[in-house]
Order: sequence, then structure tokens, then C-alpha cells
Amino acid sequence: MELISQHAKRIMEGCKERAREAGLSFQDESLEYIVTNRDLVELSPKVMIPTLYDYWVQDVEILKEKGRYELYPSNPYETVINTRPPISYYNDNNPDWLNVMIFYHVLGHMDFFQNNLFFRDTWNYDFTSKALSDKRLIAKLRSEKGHWVDYVIEFSLAIDNLVGYFNTLGELERNSRSQKQSLLDYYFDVFLQERSSFTVVSYVKEIERYNQHVRDDRARGGRLFLEEVKVRYPELETLHQKSQEQEGGPQRLDLLQFLMEQSEFLRRNENRWMLTVMEVIRSTSLYFQPQIRTKILNEGWASYWHETLFLSDDRISGHEVDFARVNAKVTSLPRVGLNPYALGMRLFYYLEEMADRGKLSFDYLRLTDREERRRFDSNLARGKQFIFSVRENYADSMFISQFIDQDFVDLHKLFVSGKRLNKERMTWQYYVKSRKAEHYKNMVLSSLYHPPSITISTTEDNTLRLDHLFEGKPLVTDFIGPTMMGIEYLWGGPVELFTSEVVIKKGEAKKKSDEAAEQVEWERILYTMNKKRLNRKSMNEVLTIW
Amino acid sequence: MNSLQKRYAALKQEGVSPQEEERINQELAAAAHGGEARHHEHLFAPNRLPGIYDQQDLLSLQDQNEPMVPSFASLHSLDYLLERDALREKDGFPRKIRLGKIVKPSRDGSDKIVIVPTTVEEKFLHDRVRTPGQEDGEGEGGEQGEGGAGDGEEGEVIGEQPVREEQGSGSGPGQGEGASHEVDSNAYDLGRILTEQFKLPNLKDKGKKRSLTKYVYDLTDKNRGFGQFLDKKSTLRRIVQSNVALGRIQVDRTIDPAELLISPRDRVYRILSREKDFESQAVIFFVRDYSGSMGGLPTELVVNQHILLYSWLTYQYENQIETRFILHDTEAREVDNFYTYYNLRVAGGTQVAAAYAMVNEIVEQEELARDYNIYIFHGTDGDDWDTRGEKTLPELEKMLKYASRVGITIAENTLIATGKSEVERYLRRSGLLEEKKDLLRLDVLGQESNEARLIEGIRELIS
Repeated sequence: MELISQHAKRIMEGCKERAREAGLSFQDESLEYIVTNRDLVELSPKVMIPTLYDYWVQDVEILKEKGRYELYPSNPYETVINTRPPISYYNDNNPDWLNVMIFYHVLGHMDFFQNNLFFRDTWNYDFTSKALSDKRLIAKLRSEKGHWVDYVIEFSLAIDNLVGYFNTLGELERNSRSQKQSLLDYYFDVFLQERSSFTVVSYVKEIERYNQHVRDDRARGGRLFLEEVKVRYPELETLHQKSQEQEGGPQRLDLLQFLMEQSEFLRRNENRWMLTVMEVIRSTSLYFQPQIRTKILNEGWASYWHETLFLSDDRISGHEVDFARVNAKVTSLPRVGLNPYALGMRLFYYLEEMADRGKLSFDYLRLTDREERRRFDSNLARGKQFIFSVRENYADSMFISQFIDQDFVDLHKLFVSGKRLNKERMTWQYYVKSRKAEHYKNMVLSSLYHPPSITISTTEDNTLRLDHLFEGKPLVTDFIGPTMMGIEYLWGGPVELFTSEVVIKKGEAKKKSDEAAEQVEWERILYTMNKKRLNRKSMNEVLTIW
Repeated sequence: MNSLQKRYAALKQEGVSPQEEERINQELAAAAHGGEARHHEHLFAPNRLPGIYDQQDLLSLQDQNEPMVPSFASLHSLDYLLERDALREKDGFPRKIRLGKIVKPSRDGSDKIVIVPTTVEEKFLHDRVRTPGQEDGEGEGGEQGEGGAGDGEEGEVIGEQPVREEQGSGSGPGQGEGASHEVDSNAYDLGRILTEQFKLPNLKDKGKKRSLTKYVYDLTDKNRGFGQFLDKKSTLRRIVQSNVALGRIQVDRTIDPAELLISPRDRVYRILSREKDFESQAVIFFVRDYSGSMGGLPTELVVNQHILLYSWLTYQYENQIETRFILHDTEAREVDNFYTYYNLRVAGGTQVAAAYAMVNEIVEQEELARDYNIYIFHGTDGDDWDTRGEKTLPELEKMLKYASRVGITIAENTLIATGKSEVERYLRRSGLLEEKKDLLRLDVLGQESNEARLIEGIRELIS
């Protein structure tokens, strides 16, 4: 890997100026590298982070089982990574005009990384340096503990998609606006009102008494009042303190955290080093979480800006046709399939226009006349402002569920397509399944990243109990055993998993798939992993036995 | 079709049980419906549309190709990885490296099957709802469907994609060649992994008919001074060398051959020596039932097991093997490469005897039994219209006279109860399995067989 030429760097700096003028904000420094095919081979298993820790499985070609399972997302070929300074990768033979386009795209990403609130957790540190120190840490542990380090990495990786990303984010949010309730507020707002002797009359009297104190002595009245109260209710202060602690809420632990805190196996002295490894895996996973949850937004935002800024860049006039060709390839809507660049960019344009004409208002929504709706324009010109706020506050799921409406679907002739086997002609047929916005929205939403939600508890006999929340999807059954084996190792005792699976009835194999899809029957399954042996039990059977 | 019906009528006269009749009818119906031979869907990787997370900047924006990693070049060293994996077993964890088979589509339509050591990261992941009877790939993208844009009414078909073209009908010859070659080049490595990693037995330990390498005697070694056959050219060269050294040949003078001195050591002879003969040492017949009832899982199981077997033997014989591929329904047909063997499906009846007869015929005609170890592996779902094996068993017995090993794999399909398939029944009844224990093996695969089970099956078939 080497840095791009001074010439290219100068172009990049020019792009930065223009991007800033347009309203994007990002830090001054950035690093641009040329990557060769060989570099890519090395970088892609490390998710483009050059300093990520080593792990032997990275040397094996990892079949992501792309064809078989949905939603096993990974970003092995990202152009820019969210570090401080951001690092971006380029082909060595890009012509200048193409570099300009890519630079703008990269700047769009940088702006997004550094302003979207879902990335807040990554703002305070540079991930490359953290990854480097993690890498050294793991290398050191490996030299001490041998290959057992790799088992801990493996088993932690097996559950790293269950990290409590939103919990962490929520925690951060709470801490940032930690205006603590004062004792006085607590006294009036909570304490008095919760007392059994509480009446409105006595409450008003008490307020009046407080006001009297303040009126009598402007400087010390409030404090005096509190002292009196404290004498009258000696328990007040303790209760206040307790409520302060509860305010933060009992922290909800994700599976990795839970194991780190509660596992007796890990708390043993000779196993304590495993905690460090697990923490590395957990924080690494947390770092990637916002990225995977903002794919459409992020790519849409970057595409919006590379298009806008490229076309207004005076340095590369004459290359409009070249640009159009590349741009069309990246941002055209596919006849069948989903393209995050195309969808995100169009949504941003759409929202900008809506906001410009004031269509995101009640007045507009109230209109039912088609012609009036079309002509509606309150000349608000809030478009830019609005899309910038979307860029700051939204993640993919919110973006999609809030803004895809019938107008948008009609505008871009979007539809949900289906695929069926035509046995006579032995072909797969693609057909237009629905043009309803609701269906389109649900289709996109269902293809978004969504790891299973699992709650954790323990039983009296120290069995770890995992409960997979039913969301209409089963778990990949082949993976349940190996994953649970890893958890068992880290937990140091038996593990249970409750999940739901489709009931397969023998003899109905030839049923038409359309009907079958509608008449799916679910049953609750209990998996137990004890001493590396997996046991599967249907809860219905358990119930009938009872 | 008529020939099928005729055969059915003949069978009926001999008497068939109601269950058998039902099954035959099912196959006949399938034949009437489906028609002639065709490839079935991709087994390895159903071609899926790129989703939201499959599109990335470097690939889309910068037009980079996904780095082509030659299957083994990217690895530190295969030995290291295997060692690593073996260590896992010692530590009490299951092995992690699996044998991935991926279809790499190429631009000219000749998809290549590439085998790589691979692994999956097992996690709790959401799967889509799978219902039995759903064709692979159908209802892809969940019940919600896929995205799309452009014109078209609701319900209108906007595009078609052939499931698989029959080879030769469209893309012309050469397509399969590349593919089978691709399997070859990886098969040796795969065989090595199988042998080392899965502790599959080495062939050499087993008593077998012929040695791996045979020796011939040939006049290839050279010797100075004496020998059987004078090598004139080399001798002359040595004479010239000696005389140049003695100063009898000089640059500017004409050479008089009569003047040259000849030392006895200058005479170079060829002598008889033992040579390794690198002729193909084994012939493997892969025989597969490709009738209608084999569709889906049974085919996948059988073919995957055959890939593994092929690889293992390739390694064992250090590439000195020849393969023949035979497909059968009621009639047998030889196909010329693995690719076709792998992909072809027909909807017809089933007669195992036809295939066995064909193998016997090939062996006899080409006199293969004299020079080769012959292995025959047959994959079927256990269905046979010849329900008592009246025609099949004699052919099988003939086969057992020359073969080093006959391995029969029965991949049970949904229509048959476990352990009840015809082939299994008549084989067991014939007593051949016990009588010719070292020559004939049977492996019955259930519906849920995975790769580990397949490899276990290979051990059963070859040990």
C-alpha cells in the first residue's frame, strides 16, 4: 500500500474545499492509499482495516454462504473506513476525472461517518490505532497462551452479532444529557406525590410554604426549606439517591457482556485473560454496527453528493459523458434487485424536493386532490436543511419506513418482483408482484440487517438460558449447535436455547409453495447443549407429556 | 415414452405390488410431464441477485474486480491450516475446515466448479422460512420478494432465466471440458485433505489386485565401456571430446577420422533398466441414476459423494486415473465429463441393470480388466423397476469378477421408507454383501446427510 500521488492529493484537497462550501463537514486530514489486487486479498478478510488482529481462519476462504442465507452482511470491499483520519483506497490507474468522482463519494461518506448520530460511539477514538493495540495484545496473549486464544476469538465471534449496539448507544445518550433531578424537584415531583397522605390541598400548601421561604430570604430560603424537610423526612435523601441510580436504569447486558460478568469459568484466575480477548471482539463488533445499519443512507448520501458536486466542478468539464456512464452503472435502479446507491440517492433527491416545496407538511398531507397535490408549492426552500437533518438523525430502518410512500414508488416505477419456476419451460420467471408502496417498503425493511434478538437469564442449577424472540424467522439450524458449543465453553456450564421452527409435516412434500408459505406452522423448540452434546426437544412434546 | 409404457406393461404382467405400481406411475407421470433430458438447477450456488449488502464501493464505483484468489494461493500453507484443524480435534472441538465447492460463473457461460478449503462462521442467524417441497431458489428474498423498477403491470412476467441449458444445445462444445478440467486440478488437493484430515484410509495398505506402479524394462540407461546396445551418437561425441583434449583435433586443420584415438571408455552403450510405467492405473466408473425420482437432494448427495470419491482416488493414484461417467434411467448412457454427469437430469423410469450391463460391456470391449484397477461407484435412490433384481444381480456378479471395489450409495428420497428401497432389499437378499464383502459395499444415506456423513460413507465404501 502506498499513498496516492501528490497530484491526486491536490485534486482531493480541491474537492474538500468545494464539498465544504456545499455544506459538508469533516475533519481536515485524510489518508488515501493505492491498493493492488494483492492488497485487497489481504485487506478484505480484515474488513479493510489494515491493523485488525490476526486470526487463522482469515487464511481460509470464508464461504459466507451467500446463496443460502440472507443477511450475512459484511463490507469487505469498502472504499473508505471510519477512522481518524479516515482512510480511503483507490485503484492505481484511475483517471483524474474518475478520481474526482470517487473523492466526492468518499467525502460524502466521511461527512456521514462524522455527523450521523448512530456513529457517535466511534467519534472519540481512532479505530486503526485501537485495532493496532488490540492486535498487539492478542499477539502477546497468543505467545503466552498458545492457540487457546483462537478458540476464545472464535467463540466470541460466534456471538458478536448479538452485541447490544442500541443499548450502548442509549447509554451514551443518557450520559450526554445527564441533567440530574435536584433534591428539591425530587421532593415535589416524586416524593410528595407518592406518599399515601398526599392531597392536592396539602401539596399546594407545601409549595406555598416553599415560596414563603424564598420570599423571606432570597439567598438562603431554598436551602433552609430543604433542611427543614430533611429533618421531617430523614429517608428523603436516601430515596433520592436511589432514584438517581435507577435513572440510569439497570444496564441491559448483551450476551458477551453477560458472559464476561457472570461466567464463573471466566472469573477463574487462570482464565481471566479471556475477558480481554472477548472485550476486543465485542468492541470491534460494536464499531462495525452503525455501518451495517446505515448502508442505504450512507451510500445514498455519498452518491447524492458525488453527483451534485461532480457536475458543478469546473476542473473536469469535458468528462460529463464518461461520468454519466460510470454514474449510471453505480446509481441506476436495477430491473430486478435492490441497489442501495440508487435507492438512497433517489430518496434524498425526493426528500429535498418535497421539503423545498413544503410538502412535508400537514397542509400537503391533507390534500386529496391529485392535481392540487401535484401543483402544491409553498416555496419553503428547506430542502437542503431537511436532508442534512436526515443525514444526522436517521438509520436505514427509519429512513425506509418513514419516507417511502406511494408517490415515491410511482415516481420511480418501483415494484416488488417475484420469482417462480416455470416447469414447462424450465425457466425462472420474474414477474411484477406488487406496486404498492406498503409492500415495497416491507420488502426493503425485511432485507435490512437484523440480528436475532435474544434475552438472557440463568436457572437455579446454573444453566444459561437464551430465549430467541420470535419474529417470524427461524435460526439457521446448522449453526445452532456449533454456536452453542462456543457459548457453553465460555459459560462453563450447560446452555439452553429456546427458539421457533417451522413444523415439517412428512408426506406433504409436493405441496405448492405459495400455499405452503401461507400455512406455516411454528413450534417452540428447546435446544440444550451440555458437554458438547446438542439436544433438541419440541416444546409441544414437552407439553403433551405434562 | 412408448418404450417406457411398453416396459411398464411387461413388468405388470410379471406382477408388481401396489406400492411399486404407484411409484412407477409417479415416475411415468413425471416423464410425461418433463420430457427429455435436461440439466437441473444449480446445486451449489443458486444464482441470486445481489442484495443491499453485496454492493460495495470498490466493486461498484471503482470497477475493481473481486480479487480472484486462486483457490490455494491465498492460504499461508495448506499444511499449516490442516495442522491447525487437526489440533482442534485434539482439543475436543469439531474441525472447522470444510470442503467448499463453489461454482464460479464465467463470462462465456462455462461455469467452473472450484473446490476450496473453506469455513463458515457459525452464528445465530435468521434463516428464511423454508417449506418442504419448495424448489431451491423459489421464493427467494423471503415472502416479500425482491425489489425492481421499470414498466410492467402487476402480475406481468418481465423476464425469464433458463434454469440450465442442456449442454450442446446452445453454448456448444467445450463448455463442459473446462469445467471437468477445473474439477481435476482441484481434485488432487481435495483428495489430500480428505486423506489427511478425515483420516481416510490409504489405498496401499489394502490388499488389492495390482500394484500401484508397474515396471517395464527398457534400454534407457547409459553406460560407458560395456552394454547391450551401442549408442553411436553419444560415442562419437565422446570420441571427439577425448581427441580435442589430446590435441588431435585442432581448429584450423582438416580432420582425418582414421587418425582419431578411441578409448574403450568412449564407447557409450544403452543398457536394460527398470522403468516406472506411468500409465493410468485405475479406472473409475461413476454410475448415477438420473431418473425423475432422483431430483433434488438425492442427486446432490450422490454427486457430492462422487466428487469426494473422485478426489480421494485422484490423490491415491497420484493423478493416474481415468474416469468414466455413466448415467442411467431405464437405459444407460455414457457422458464424457463430470460436468454433464453432474448436471443432467431426466424424467424417466429406473432400471439399474442397464447401467451395469453397460459398464460390463465397456470393460470387456476395451479390455480394461487386464491393466487397471477398476472401481465402480453407483449412486441411486434405491428405486428399481426390476424389483427383485432379476436382471441386475447377474450383471453385478459379473462385475464383481474384475472390479477392485463396487460401491453402491443409496440416497433415500422422500417417497421411500427408510431401509425399504428395492435395490437395498434385493442386494441384501442376494447375500452378495456378505459373500463378497471385500468387493461390494453398500452405503445408505438418509435425507439429512451432511458432508461429514458423506465422508463417513466414503470410508464405508472404500475401506
